Amino acid sequence: MNHNIYIYILIMAGVSYAIRVLPLTLIRKQIKNQFVQSFLYYVPYVTLAVMTFPAITEATQSPIAGGVALVVGIIAAWFGASLFQVAVSCCGVVFLLELFL
Amino acid sequence: MMKKGEYSLSQQNNRREFCQGFKDGIPIGLGYFAVSFSLGILAKKAGLNPFQSFLASLLCNASAGEYAAFSLIMVQASYLEVAIITLIANARYLLMSCALSQKFKQGTSLVHRMIVGYDVTDEIFAISVSRDCFLNPNYTYGAIAIAAPCWATGTALGCLAGNVLPLRLVSALSVALYGMFLAIIIPPARKSKVVAGIIVICFVLSYLASILPVVSDISSGTRTIILTVGISAVAAWLFPRENQEVSDES
Repeated sequence: MNHNIYIYILIMAGVSYAIRVLPLTLIRKQIKNQFVQSFLYYVPYVTLAVMTFPAITEATQSPIAGGVALVVGIIAAWFGASLFQVAVSCCGVVFLLELFL
Repeated sequence: MMKKGEYSLSQQNNRREFCQGFKDGIPIGLGYFAVSFSLGILAKKAGLNPFQSFLASLLCNASAGEYAAFSLIMVQASYLEVAIITLIANARYLLMSCALSQKFKQGTSLVHRMIVGYDVTDEIFAISVSRDCFLNPNYTYGAIAIAAPCWATGTALGCLAGNVLPLRLVSALSVALYGMFLAIIIPPARKSKVVAGIIVICFVLSYLASILPVVSDISSGTRTIILTVGISAVAAWLFPRENQEVSDES
């Protein structure tokens, strides 16, 4: 079955907006349940980490370049590079390595 | 109590807030532009045209969320799967919006809350929540006014130019998004050994899930959902957060 791209976009937009606007408009107090709060705290890190590896090694033409970009990105972020700087360093590393690999 | 029209742009101090937000939003917009370019390349692979990718980014304003959804659209996943992955990948915005709701002055109108909610991203949240005292929504509007168009335009250009650029350049640009993910998850890992350990476990389990028999047959989007919910739940159970304040996290 073929799905309609515009319906996909509508679903993405609806969910993305609801997640943000519901707490802003409805919740006036902080969440008290410790488990829920902890769960929500860990979710972003877990989901981003899971999506980063091993996918980063599959995104590049050479898996080695992707792997090195991962290491460079971690080091750059660890030492406080901004979002933009980390992203650019990862790109730069892949570009340079793939000249040789 | 608030006076009616307290945040109206007809007042000079509100216009000043807007301009300050716009100024603070410029570096964010530049970063978005580069990152969304690689998102556009993925959007093209998923079968979106430049206008559709522009629209998706303009309406969603979510790097990881759009990335995850595009990956599922690429394999013609069901609408429900796309809705669930969008929910999971954007779950952190739920937390940020909870924190941001505490920054509004009591009585801030529904309209202001609804417009600010349009663009709660890691970066816009970060600069909005770190304002002194209450958040004047005009500050956030200023940042959105520059950041959101950059995000959407970058995605459209990535989708448009992805096939014009040499393969090697596309290969290099496609890691920008992962770089951005790292820029979000690594700084907290430096401060917290628990977060650092969890990230390492995520890498290992995610890798194992991609090579082990049976598990690797499950679609990558579904694997992401299962791993995220499972690991986060175990982490919350083993390492509950003592701190009730969320506003200084992420």
